[in-house]
Amino acid sequence: MILKGKAHKFGDDINTDYIISGKYKFKSLDFNEMSKHLFEDLDPEFYKKINPDDIIVAGKNFGCGSSREQAPLVIKYAGISLVIAKSFARIFYRNSINVGLPLLEADTDEIDNGDELEVDLFQGKIYNKTKNITILSKSTFPDIMVKILQAGGLVEYLKKEGDFKI
Amino acid sequence: MGKTIAEKIFSNHANKDVKAGDIIIAKLDALMGQDGTSPLAIKVFEELGGTRVINPEKVLLVMDHSVPPPNEGVANLHKLMREFAEKYGTQITEFGEGVCHQVFMERGLATPGSLVIGADSHTCTYGALNCFSTGVGSSELAAAMYTGKLWFKVPSTVKININGKLPKGVVSKDIILYLVGYFKADGLTYKAIEFDGETIRDLSIDGRATITNMVVEMGAKAGIMPFDEKTKEFFKNIGIVINNGIEADKDAEYESIYNFDISNLEPQVALPHTVDNVYPISQIEKIKIHEAFIGTCTNGRLEDLRYAAQILKGKKVNKNVKLIITPASKRIYMQALKEGLIETFLNAGAVVTNPGCGPCVGTHQGVPADGENVISTANRNFKGRMGNNKALIHLASPLTVAASAIKGEITDPREFLD
Repeated sequence: MILKGKAHKFGDDINTDYIISGKYKFKSLDFNEMSKHLFEDLDPEFYKKINPDDIIVAGKNFGCGSSREQAPLVIKYAGISLVIAKSFARIFYRNSINVGLPLLEADTDEIDNGDELEVDLFQGKIYNKTKNITILSKSTFPDIMVKILQAGGLVEYLKKEGDFKI
Repeated sequence: MGKTIAEKIFSNHANKDVKAGDIIIAKLDALMGQDGTSPLAIKVFEELGGTRVINPEKVLLVMDHSVPPPNEGVANLHKLMREFAEKYGTQITEFGEGVCHQVFMERGLATPGSLVIGADSHTCTYGALNCFSTGVGSSELAAAMYTGKLWFKVPSTVKININGKLPKGVVSKDIILYLVGYFKADGLTYKAIEFDGETIRDLSIDGRATITNMVVEMGAKAGIMPFDEKTKEFFKNIGIVINNGIEADKDAEYESIYNFDISNLEPQVALPHTVDNVYPISQIEKIKIHEAFIGTCTNGRLEDLRYAAQILKGKKVNKNVKLIITPASKRIYMQALKEGLIETFLNAGAVVTNPGCGPCVGTHQGVPADGENVISTANRNFKGRMGNNKALIHLASPLTVAASAIKGEITDPREFLD
């Protein structure tokens, strides 16, 4: 899976409240509407800065905090194709794969806001076109996560397989 | 090689011998969803084409994050949950029964040795009862209702022993705040934590639940307390006979073992805007307080209300402070009424709300104003958490929050204790 887009850079410990404030998630299941509030508490204009397929790049422990699946869904509905971070909080990590939002763990120090990236997801290879450098991810997905991601998410996986399979 | 508690519970639920690092499929004993996550789980369940919920009597849907509904959006989501529970025969809370984690424990759904998931990150709370419980998202709750199972990576275990006699004015909230400050927000990512030691053994189930509630603030997957007479007593009080729990083998393999002596621990405060930004109260400069909140799945239990009443009895809340007190469940609320705690709170000038999550998650019943300082017994102080990104949230124990409400500034509760 090859993904191409422009980087939006964030710091460490970006929690799910920052991704989508609790006050929105309790009201509705309309993710197109909710995605307008993505990162609103950090940057009220953020939604307007996104182009389709852009990539979120962050430091460690991205997605910490609440279990709200609205967080990866809102990122996906906003048009983001991938999140790259030094590390992810575990519930967010699972939720993202389950809703079909790809993630990659890698050293993100060499990526700046606005850099153009080309990513080979399953090879774990990030080419920073702007800086002409390649960054390799050290993490690998367990087989079951690859299958869920390839199916397009947990719903499609279970529809296809009928049950969890290892 | 021996097994940790987590390895034993996962082996029992995967029907084979498993060890840390294994990817497994495990049968689940009980499931929980709240009103911020269940509606999406219901939508996913329908997308899956679900026609029956596996063991529906072990599924509890809870309306707590916004109850009674503050707007039509929430009211409609509650209606969706009620219709789902009716159609598939799951449990659903009474109107205003309480905060999900408290109600789940009161209903006896989390038993020693069981494997529980809930669509709420603080599902780890039930580890206070010697089970393995962990938070998941809505899709996994839906998948679990659909299949009765979930896949897991068996976590490695970190053992934390806590010894020493708790000093006056220092309670279990101070222990867990200290630990979060020590390990930081991602320090125990994907680990199971086994707690033990004389301090832990001395704590009540309420006190233990405050600690397990917050293990996710260090990234942990679960926090598990030992099984003992107090665990048995808890179940006896809700009409369930439980004689055995799960112990780790003597030669269990831990990723690491930490020993803490809390004999000299001070009351702790987490400053804005991260939970791991923790300081002992003596190192904090004068901070004026505008709102104080006692409640939540962390500290809304009977013991917490008793602590608050101990400080507030015969006193008046500072005129510049809005004190909000929210019992974690109707059962706790009624016991607090019997003990005269609610009267103490009202006489002191507090607002006592119906059981629920409201102020903690910023849905209603206590949104702070711009620039206001809040001190809260909750588990999170992220910017915007309480519904206003221009407010500053500080976390502390019920004793510290009550003392601060009286003085109008962050205050060491030991000033108010003999």
